[in-house]
Amino acid sequence: MLSIKNLHVEVDGKEILRGLDLEIGTGEVHAIMGPNGSGKSTLSYVLAGREGYEVTAGEVLFEGRNLLEMEPEERAWAGIFLAMQYPVELPGVNNMSFLRESVNAVRRARGEEELDAVSFMKRVREKAELVKLPDKLLKRSVNAGFSGGEKKRNEILQMALLEPKLTILDEIDSGLDIDALRVVAEGVNALRGPERSFLMITHYQRLLDYIEPDHIHVLAQGRIIRSGGKELALELEEKGYGWILEEEAAA
Amino acid sequence: MSTQRELDDLVKAGYEHGFVTQVESDTLPPGLNEDTIRFLSAKKKEPEWMLEYRLKAYRHWLTMEEPDWAHLKIEPIDYQAISYYSAPKKAADGPKSLDEVDPELIETYNKLGIPLEEQKALAGVAVDAVFDSVSVATTFREELAKAGVIFCSISEAVHQYPELVKRYLGSVVPHTDNFFACLNAAVFSDGTFVYVPEGVRCPMELSTYFRINEAKTGQFERTLIVADKGAYVSYLEGCTAPMRDENQLHAAVVELIALEDADIKYSTVQNWYPGDEQGRGGIYNFVTKRGDCRGDRSHISWTQVETGSAITWKYPSCILQGDDSVGEFYSVAVTRGHQQADTGTKMYHIGKNTRSTIVSKGISAAHGQNAYRGLVRMGAKAENGRNHTQCDSLLIGDKCGAHTFPYIEVRNPTAKVEHEATTSKISEDQLFYCRQRGLTEEDAVSLIVNGFCKEVFNELPMEFAVEARKLLNITLEGAVG
Repeated sequence: MLSIKNLHVEVDGKEILRGLDLEIGTGEVHAIMGPNGSGKSTLSYVLAGREGYEVTAGEVLFEGRNLLEMEPEERAWAGIFLAMQYPVELPGVNNMSFLRESVNAVRRARGEEELDAVSFMKRVREKAELVKLPDKLLKRSVNAGFSGGEKKRNEILQMALLEPKLTILDEIDSGLDIDALRVVAEGVNALRGPERSFLMITHYQRLLDYIEPDHIHVLAQGRIIRSGGKELALELEEKGYGWILEEEAAA
Repeated sequence: MSTQRELDDLVKAGYEHGFVTQVESDTLPPGLNEDTIRFLSAKKKEPEWMLEYRLKAYRHWLTMEEPDWAHLKIEPIDYQAISYYSAPKKAADGPKSLDEVDPELIETYNKLGIPLEEQKALAGVAVDAVFDSVSVATTFREELAKAGVIFCSISEAVHQYPELVKRYLGSVVPHTDNFFACLNAAVFSDGTFVYVPEGVRCPMELSTYFRINEAKTGQFERTLIVADKGAYVSYLEGCTAPMRDENQLHAAVVELIALEDADIKYSTVQNWYPGDEQGRGGIYNFVTKRGDCRGDRSHISWTQVETGSAITWKYPSCILQGDDSVGEFYSVAVTRGHQQADTGTKMYHIGKNTRSTIVSKGISAAHGQNAYRGLVRMGAKAENGRNHTQCDSLLIGDKCGAHTFPYIEVRNPTAKVEHEATTSKISEDQLFYCRQRGLTEEDAVSLIVNGFCKEVFNELPMEFAVEARKLLNITLEGAVG
């Protein structure tokens, strides 16, 4: 589904990603872990098409299409969803209207019919129930005055409504207590299926207890330096990143 | 949406009138002196008192100077280069066909879905087609007459209701008030007169669209609206498509008078031609609008959406004389290209327990400059007067400007005045977030801007709000990036 080859990315003239390779197959769940400053968030923004990230080399194919040539909204239409670490507030923009605009924009782009107000509301209520987002937050402005946990749940609600093919979860666990984390993880797990892939970016092994990945990668100094199965996470939890970095340096 | 349809039909109906009146021989050469005013008054067959009023204003005007305190850059205006009795513009002066009209204007019309004939009318092209509007206007008039509401041109009112006009004209905005209001008093061309008798709730929204002899009131429009005791009227001014107008200077005066328990709601969508990308050819809009809550428990509410004109200088105000009277001002002002706006309100609290609300939303894009200027005055007798002012500015891009000039004067210790102001910018973060959710950049801007203006749009009559939203989106198209 997603194929990243030799990706080099600069921000303000500084090279952050230095030859990153990653293959994500359909239906797979991958986790990327790594120390601070390793380029984890840069990777998620580059995949979503944020401005200010200059790709100096390499290629990214999404279902065979050149992702790097697409506008952010075109990537969204193609089925890429980024759950953000710090979701922004949109004062005055009603959350429910925003969800509807968003869902219908994606449906239009896919040649599907727009949802009418009634069936849309029904669907939102259903999904909001799943992520335990209180009704009153649907009536408020997008993320305005939401707590950290509420913002994250709102992200998962959007994800559940948009049903993306590839979801990137950028430190979705940051700032969440264990109950909130469980709710968020349940939302993600409910969407898991043979057609959907996930890329989780996290500092902590804790998240992986709730959303079990098929593959784990260690990102350091702008490259994937180690890949493995679930056992790799446990090893990292136990020993930290130091030993891999040392091995890498020795090699 | 049958009401939308009706509105569209009526809109279409209204535009045609000015284009069928042929008064070519009546046009005066440019220039202003007492003879001009005598000629103008004679042409309108005005009674002596009206002529005297005009002359008095003119003589006073000669002693005045153009105000220069506004945050505006204005090319000097040559008042002798204007023709003061050429209000009905001849077809020959206007563009011969749509081909001669600014293509961007045409594009806007197409986006608003305005039919071709109507586009011509708006752009000032001579129109041959005659729309079937007479029946609409007649039905409309009959219904109003049944309710006892007077709704006619100010010229007509001078003849038919001289007592009412004498009593109220200039009673809220005296001819000595300011430079532009004074000029208007001397040379006003035409305008609207509304009188709603005691206890009557006007059965429909009155609009300049509907009045059969409204078109082509020219650049010095005069409006007078009186709501007698317990009466209610809602008045809509403007059109929701940019009006091409050759008159560079507009100096209108609007006076509202609300007697005891009366309620006047005045809504404006102003979108005159703002000029081309460099701001050339746009309208200078210098308007004096003031409402007088003369009776106890009266209520006057101004709502304005200002998206057009090269320069907007406008402060719809309320004089809260009656005890327990309420004044409101809701405004959205958008400037882009090289547009400039200096707009706001004045709330004079005179009576006891008077309340006022000000909600001002300024949006600046490209090189637009937007200033809010507002005065809240609590007089010595304004026991328990209350004001809440909220003044928000939204910036799009990094070459525009927002300015706020609040003036607060409190002379009564029991009065309470609150002022809140914010300035924000549509951030990269917000745009990226919206686009990541599948919205195009333009949709994202429109969503954020509409959210920003929501409180004001909520005050507009529904059809008007829909149109205003649409207009705003078009105005801000391509504003980012």
